[in-house]
Amino acid sequence: MSTGTTKLDVVVSDVVPVNDLVTRFHFRRRDGQLLPTFSGGAHVVVEMRDGERTRLNPYSLMGSPLDTREYTISVRRDDVGRGGSLFMHRNVRPGHEMVVSYPVNLFSLDLRAKKHLMLAGGIGITPFMAQTAQLAAEGGNFELHYTCRTASLGTYADLLRERYDRRVRLYHDDLDERIELDRLLSSQPLGTHLYVCGPGGMINWVRERAATLGWPSETVHFEHFAAPQPGLPFDVTLAVTGKTIRVDEQQSLLEAIEAAGVDPPYLCRGGVCGQCETNVISYDGKFIHNDHWLGEEDHRSGCKIMPCVSRFEGRSLVLER
Amino acid sequence: MAAKSIISRPVYGTLSPQPGKHHLFVADAEGALAVAEMAERTPPGFFDGAEIVFIPGPDGKHAAALEALKPAQFHQAPSFASLQPRLRQTLANAHMGLRLYLSGTEGLIGQAMQAALEAGIDHTSIQTEHRGSLARRMQCVHCKGITENVTTQPATCAHCGLLLLVRDHYSRRIAAFQGVCINAEDRSEIPPTEEIFR
Repeated sequence: MSTGTTKLDVVVSDVVPVNDLVTRFHFRRRDGQLLPTFSGGAHVVVEMRDGERTRLNPYSLMGSPLDTREYTISVRRDDVGRGGSLFMHRNVRPGHEMVVSYPVNLFSLDLRAKKHLMLAGGIGITPFMAQTAQLAAEGGNFELHYTCRTASLGTYADLLRERYDRRVRLYHDDLDERIELDRLLSSQPLGTHLYVCGPGGMINWVRERAATLGWPSETVHFEHFAAPQPGLPFDVTLAVTGKTIRVDEQQSLLEAIEAAGVDPPYLCRGGVCGQCETNVISYDGKFIHNDHWLGEEDHRSGCKIMPCVSRFEGRSLVLER
Repeated sequence: MAAKSIISRPVYGTLSPQPGKHHLFVADAEGALAVAEMAERTPPGFFDGAEIVFIPGPDGKHAAALEALKPAQFHQAPSFASLQPRLRQTLANAHMGLRLYLSGTEGLIGQAMQAALEAGIDHTSIQTEHRGSLARRMQCVHCKGITENVTTQPATCAHCGLLLLVRDHYSRRIAAFQGVCINAEDRSEIPPTEEIFR
């Protein structure tokens, strides 16, 4: 059960390859109506029905929030992941009927900011596509710094440069171009808010430097959907519903709980929002925590787990579910 | 210490050193003691990047204690109104990495915070410590006039003369507690006046 979200019946209206790794998907409502309004930074959870299996993956909406005739997402192909992105790339074609959640925003702009400083890494560019469109429409003050591996993998880099010119700065790993982060952070006017979306290592680096350089935590916003990682299968006892389930190699714990007919709350399915937080009653083994929600203390305590992205290895695990 | 009440009533903490590149202190009267006490817990060199702005109280004390901290800049002002242009200028030219510390009377903390909010600082990222008088800055909800240093309950509006109940309802935007007419039904009814915000 996704907390507070209702499902939308959509049809794929277009599929556009963007580069070697990224493909863009356009969705329209099957009934021809406008889609619900969203704000820059919002995501939807896309249901992928792949034979017997249903995967639910979150993707940032990258279109302009001013245009709700369609939702667009960009999916980076992950050849070693659990197959969600491969399913989208291989199986989804125009005309395909799909179900997506209502949009949810866990990475919204703080519109009290005097300036918005955005740092993107790789496919982390997608929420900024929507945020920059939203800000540009209302004359907002923003600056986007975008790091990509090579120019040809710089998804939407040309488009962003064309739209926003010098407000966009590009950095290419293969040319050894690096953000001078300390200088950038220290030269921002008071009242600037910082937004970062990209690989986990980049987010940690930026958050650490910002905190050290005196950016209050209220001004630092980040989003990193941890894709559920495959791993060794394990067994779990659900104490409340009295079920024992097996989590397969390619399945997330949340998906296994759902497959057993139990309907826990969720929202982002990426270890960010906190909705699916579950109490651990007992365990014998070790947790593989992959979320960004629980603190280090909670991770160490063994009392809680985020079943959307985290796994377990060991003899027994009993959850309050 | 101010007593806890409704959610809009500000609560204050204890100043503590924050990571940052520049540190701006605004203090009045006994608020200087909060800065001096915090200085005992700061890393060496902390005040090399600090500016202290101080409004001495009626007794004129504590300026020496602040100067002894050897901040990069030390400035004294006779009143908040007189330092306001300087404070706004400092904030307008500041960069991220500036941390703000406010200590002293509620009126000072509130008004300095109001200037900081306008400059884009989130109120939760400001260090505050209340010291000294509990006198309130009050806005009359009827004529909108501000009366400074209100110590009694009820209090008379210095602008329209209405007798006002001084509420705990506080506005960060205008940095004042709200005063509401206490005898609107019958103006001849005059409740006893007590001095409670000392």
